[in-house]
Amino acid sequence: MIKLDERGHQCPIPVINTKKVIDTAPKGEQILVITDNEIAVQNLNKLANQKGCTFSFEKKANDHFESLFTVNSDPVAAPEENDVIVCEDCAPAGNGTAVVIASPYMGHGDDDLGRLLLKGFIFALTQVTPLPKNIIFYNGGAQVSSEGSPSIEDLKNLEAAGVKIITCGTCLNHYGLTDKLAVGEIANMYDIVETISKAGKVIRP
Amino acid sequence: MEEIKFCTGGGCTAKLGAGALKRVLERLPKREDPDLLVGYNGSDDAAVYKLTEDLAMVQTLDFFPPMVEDPYTFGKIAAANSLSDIYAMGGEVKTALNIVCFPESWDLNILGQILLGGSEKVHEAGGVIAGGHSIADTGVKYGLSVTGTIDPKKILKNNQCEAGDMLILTKPLGTGIACTADRMKEAPKATMDEAILSMTTLNKYSSEIFSKYDIHGCTDITGFGLLVHLSEMLNDRFSADIFIDSVPIIDGAEALAEEFFITAAGQRNRNFIGDRVEFNGISFGLEEVLFDAQTSGGLLVSLKKEEALKAIEEIKALGLKCGIIGEITELKDKLITIKR
Repeated sequence: MIKLDERGHQCPIPVINTKKVIDTAPKGEQILVITDNEIAVQNLNKLANQKGCTFSFEKKANDHFESLFTVNSDPVAAPEENDVIVCEDCAPAGNGTAVVIASPYMGHGDDDLGRLLLKGFIFALTQVTPLPKNIIFYNGGAQVSSEGSPSIEDLKNLEAAGVKIITCGTCLNHYGLTDKLAVGEIANMYDIVETISKAGKVIRP
Repeated sequence: MEEIKFCTGGGCTAKLGAGALKRVLERLPKREDPDLLVGYNGSDDAAVYKLTEDLAMVQTLDFFPPMVEDPYTFGKIAAANSLSDIYAMGGEVKTALNIVCFPESWDLNILGQILLGGSEKVHEAGGVIAGGHSIADTGVKYGLSVTGTIDPKKILKNNQCEAGDMLILTKPLGTGIACTADRMKEAPKATMDEAILSMTTLNKYSSEIFSKYDIHGCTDITGFGLLVHLSEMLNDRFSADIFIDSVPIIDGAEALAEEFFITAAGQRNRNFIGDRVEFNGISFGLEEVLFDAQTSGGLLVSLKKEEALKAIEEIKALGLKCGIIGEITELKDKLITIKR
């Protein structure tokens, strides 16, 4: 079930957003659309008729209408990385989490403490489910994925479990670590930007 | 960068629904005045008040939120739309008062651009801006209160049509759909250019042409869309056939409607009259175009066939898409029938 909360949006925004989801949703998928007026429900009903979806709605309150679509046809085009999902609250799992490590320290204050915290953070990452999809190292963070870092073993475990680990090439070069990278791949800024922008959630400790 | 938020869903798509309005107006106490020749009882476009035997005052008021991103263009469209009601009655524009809602924190140059566009259209209409009123508000709204004059014997009422009359529409439909798609950055440039040209064109020129003919009914198409405005003209005394292939439509509007760039106003119009229309299987997009709320739409005119055939040639020469779009018939089961 995909849920879209379109309250506060004027027509045709709820309809257009729902159409985008229907066009990429697999056959049999259910889509629940919440709107705050009945006219929007009527426009959604027309959309359901045009798209051949099964449609029903329920008035929960004067400003709360729930329209339920069942998709009866295959997607118009192959879904691409779920990038058409508009509703932020209900982005389905699978977009993935990207962890950004931009410094060898976690937090500000005492650097020795910061190093210790970051080591603990990366170890803890190996224990969470679901695992993050990507870990990105840049600027001072490049030291963490290079030889001499206390976290290499944890990062290798994460990589083995399918987590993609990338480190900024310019940053490795800056710190003289280019041939010391111990885990993952070298990435350029385009890779970093693309990874962050496609992530469902970005965590920066 | 305030201008980015300028247009949030406006023009005549922002009107209250025809059904809702009717219920409220019907309940208001009425006071008779024999000199009030046209009030709101007959759902006419503007009020007409007789001053002497051969002189009456025509009054109208219209204002709405922006439907385009450019303030100057918005000013022109809002003014052309307000002035249009005078032309729908066959009157002549004399004075106009600006009505403005504008956020205090915004750049005043935006307001200046709106008022400039508006004043240009008032001057083109041969009128003068005589003043105005402004309110600090959360969103922009602009329009005019217009006063014109008319010979009481030459008022173009909107519901005196007769069976056998032809219907002329002087501007293409689809401005509501085009502006809605444009707000979501999905309208092709050519579609939006055509919509803006149509919305900024005064109905003055077509009104002047019709003044030479024997007009049985005249109204301007605005928020209630073609079908609801037509139903008001029919007034439950006649029915109408619409020749769908002759209805002028902005290029691309039907396709955008098929992609659901449609408004709440259009759906309210469908709720109001949809049951009484036989669509005969035209596309969903065309149905939506016929319900689409127009901003500064064209004149819909009912006149004898031989007159219509002459008048349409003159209207065509004005340059916008137009056509003989239908025929008045005796009252049938369905108020309006769409034909190929």
